[in-house]
Amino acid sequence: MKFAVPVFPGSNCDYDMVNALRDILKMEADLVSADTTTLTGYDAVILPGGFSYGDYLRSGAIARFAPVMTAVKAFAAAGKPVMGICNGFQILTEAGLLPGALQANRSSKFICKTSELIVKNNQTQFSSAYASQAHIQLPIAHGEGNYYCDDETLTTLQEHQQIVFEYVDNPNGSTANIAGVMNQAGNVLGMMPHPERAVEAILGSTDGLGIFQSLIAANKEVTHA
Amino acid sequence: MLKQTELTPTQLRDTKAYRDWGLTDAEYQLLTDDVLGRLPNYTEAGLFSGMWSEHCSYKNSKPVLKKFWTQGEQVLEGPGEGAGIIDIGDGQAVVFKAESHNHPSAVEPYEGAATGVGGIIRDIFSMGARPIALLDSLRFGEPDDAHTKYLISQVVAGIGGYGNCIGIPTIGGDTVFDASYDKNPLVNAMCVGILNQKDIQKGQATGLGNSVIYVGAKTGRDGINGASFASAEFNDAKDTQRSAVQVGDPFMEKLLMEACLEVIHDHRDVLVGIQDMGAAGLVSSSAEMASKAGSGLELNLDLVPQREAGMTPFELMLSESQERMLLCVKAGAEAEIYQVFEKYGLDAVTIGKVTDGHQYQLFHHGKLVADVPVDALATKAPVYQREKKRPVRLNHQSHHQFMPRIVDATGTLKKMLQQPTIASKKSLYETYDSQVQTNTVVKPGSDAGVIRIRHTDKALAVTTDVNGRYLYLNPRVGGEIAVAEAARNIVASGGLPLGITDCLNYGNPEKPDQFYDLDESAMGIARACQLFNTPVISGNVSLNNESNGEPIYPTPMIGMVGLIKHQKDITTQDFKHAGDAVYVLGETGADFNGSELQKMLTGDIAGELFDFDLVTENQNQRLLLRAIQKGLVASAHDVSEGGLITTIAESCFGNGVGVKLTSEIPAADFFSETQSRFVISVTPEHRADFESLMEPYATYLGQTTADDRLFVQTSDQTFDLPVSFAKQLWEGSLPCLLK
Repeated sequence: MKFAVPVFPGSNCDYDMVNALRDILKMEADLVSADTTTLTGYDAVILPGGFSYGDYLRSGAIARFAPVMTAVKAFAAAGKPVMGICNGFQILTEAGLLPGALQANRSSKFICKTSELIVKNNQTQFSSAYASQAHIQLPIAHGEGNYYCDDETLTTLQEHQQIVFEYVDNPNGSTANIAGVMNQAGNVLGMMPHPERAVEAILGSTDGLGIFQSLIAANKEVTHA
Repeated sequence: MLKQTELTPTQLRDTKAYRDWGLTDAEYQLLTDDVLGRLPNYTEAGLFSGMWSEHCSYKNSKPVLKKFWTQGEQVLEGPGEGAGIIDIGDGQAVVFKAESHNHPSAVEPYEGAATGVGGIIRDIFSMGARPIALLDSLRFGEPDDAHTKYLISQVVAGIGGYGNCIGIPTIGGDTVFDASYDKNPLVNAMCVGILNQKDIQKGQATGLGNSVIYVGAKTGRDGINGASFASAEFNDAKDTQRSAVQVGDPFMEKLLMEACLEVIHDHRDVLVGIQDMGAAGLVSSSAEMASKAGSGLELNLDLVPQREAGMTPFELMLSESQERMLLCVKAGAEAEIYQVFEKYGLDAVTIGKVTDGHQYQLFHHGKLVADVPVDALATKAPVYQREKKRPVRLNHQSHHQFMPRIVDATGTLKKMLQQPTIASKKSLYETYDSQVQTNTVVKPGSDAGVIRIRHTDKALAVTTDVNGRYLYLNPRVGGEIAVAEAARNIVASGGLPLGITDCLNYGNPEKPDQFYDLDESAMGIARACQLFNTPVISGNVSLNNESNGEPIYPTPMIGMVGLIKHQKDITTQDFKHAGDAVYVLGETGADFNGSELQKMLTGDIAGELFDFDLVTENQNQRLLLRAIQKGLVASAHDVSEGGLITTIAESCFGNGVGVKLTSEIPAADFFSETQSRFVISVTPEHRADFESLMEPYATYLGQTTADDRLFVQTSDQTFDLPVSFAKQLWEGSLPCLLK
């Protein structure tokens, strides 16, 4: 399985993602430029964390205009898996690939710590490796991770089981404790916590592996079907 | 825009306006009579005021810095370049340096702290290294008034704002509160990088006709003559210093860093030298690069990318606009370099060339506006051997130690855990990204931060330390202790100390009693460094840290890096499981002068500092490191401020493990700050081996338990409280104080 990790000017978790995919999960993974216009040949796209274009104006607001985002939209429209982590999640909401928006944390401060999550929906290609309602530990590191959506959207998210991860101790004020959501089609996931930071025991947790393993397993089935 | 008319050379002489830039009459005279043999013009005098500031020339501290031990077989690059370099084997090296940004942070705390971080990062990647860790050593006044709280929140926000965005983990540091730093906070930032030895760069401009290329952000009117500002003491009457603080843009720096590292790695055949434009901006970087290479230099200032219209040569040369670097590139290869920077959307412009001879010449609007010997700028600043006089405060009536009377041991511990200096700094460091780059094994909150070196079995332990109170009571011994404590933190983490960087934060060296502190503590630091085999490889000096006449405590921040040869040796301070044996390594005396307990009970630090023996310190450190390397140690924590009981409590907190301990010393001594000690836990199967190795230096205290209870029976009282409650007090204190 071959992953594309788009690099925007200011991305800073790009290498972390590629290292996790290559060194730990033994997958093919390429860093691709934000100027790339095609994602042909890739099986999945992961938008990494960081501060794309300095996150000036608003997190992800400028990145959504990068050429690669047109390719990402086409990729998603074709039903292929797209994931956005942290800044990547912010970019996906700005680009309209996911509902809602990410605001400044309730404390108005950047927060870096381990957060406990509940796997709310394990019937997805991003979470099938976890038990239903499993509790997992993943690091968060963000200043604008406070997920917001209006009541109507929230009802839709709940009706379609689009909420994949929830915080146990809501660290940032997110609506309905939402830590990760997907689109209705189930092929685009955005989440604030960093699974790529939780793939090695020496760094404190391996709970992030399940997300990648789920995706790899789901893709294998597709490929071999 | 302000219309400026520059003074003529004679007006400058007659009005003595150079004094406003920090040049003394004698220095001006030296410049006129000896260096130039004529009157300097406005621009030239400005260049010298920046280059001859303490910040750039070390004119007051040079005789002191010479006392430092900078040798050692592991040193690849000592003080003098952007940062020092130490060999860690396998063709790799670690690069590190610390820098102070005290004065800017006092005036504009957010930008002051942010640009302090930005500056030290540039020093690291200018050597060819990728920055892998940041640390901050902070000193503030007591957090009980609105201004101090404002300084704390803004400094912390500035550090996070810059470091988080650029993607370098902040893995450690230390924060202390004392009234001594009330109007003069200390903001010292340290950066660590790693490189392959073949990529080591130098800041030099050699080769006649080679190009000087300016890269990065445009030059504006921020931080004009900041080096002179940073070298002066504060005065409430002058409110003209605000424009001397720079403004940072971490996004720009991230691009600049990636572009520079790409040039260093992929275009090394045409890159001659590279240097950060830090203090004294363009003049400092260019003059130093030429002087080091024995070259002359010619710059055309019209070509310098400018953010504002109508900037004068003085402003262009002394601006400290951030995120700029200077490259020397082989003639003819300019386009190749431009291409790299263009890819990152950055300016890259050839602004001058290396010339024959030794003159430093600046052209502006077709006119020669400065023509001075380059060495005079870079290396010929006057050096002052300052007068040294023992301060009156060190004349003690007796050798007595403060004798605390503790009637409620548990109550005293509860109060101790809530002292701002002792309390958990979690609410501060949680706002820093400590994990980006996914190499952080031990996060902030332990004795040292630990980062693994990817694709090897090695790791680096990094710490910053200094207790200014000890130096206030005895500058020489306090200096020894600062190095010793840093080494203790490295060893407790499983590392072998490799070397140090420092930020020497002191008062006014022109006052003999304040120079005494600087000179004496340097001798203490030098002696300790030699004993621990930790040469000084880089550093920075920040003098005139005083507000309206009162100096800060002498505070030489020590930043130390240690090598952990095998990742299995990485050790943390937290007790791991119930049923482990708890020991204290080292003897405990009744050492209370300068202690947190003395401050807590009396509100002051006073008396003669307790005894300290470097040889014992070194012996205990070696013993612990050997035990760790033999795999006998479950946890290790160095005993420092707040004494043994505070150390034990902290070891309980991480995993919520309890203890049941017994000791023959009185409760009061559990707060003593005798040096050279560690609290160590050992699993049952390793007890026998541990004890035979440690005999007779470690004392068995008892066991860890599964109960939520910290229980210590001393010779006269008991400490007894729930671990969870103690932790609540310890973690809750600072957020509450800073509200």
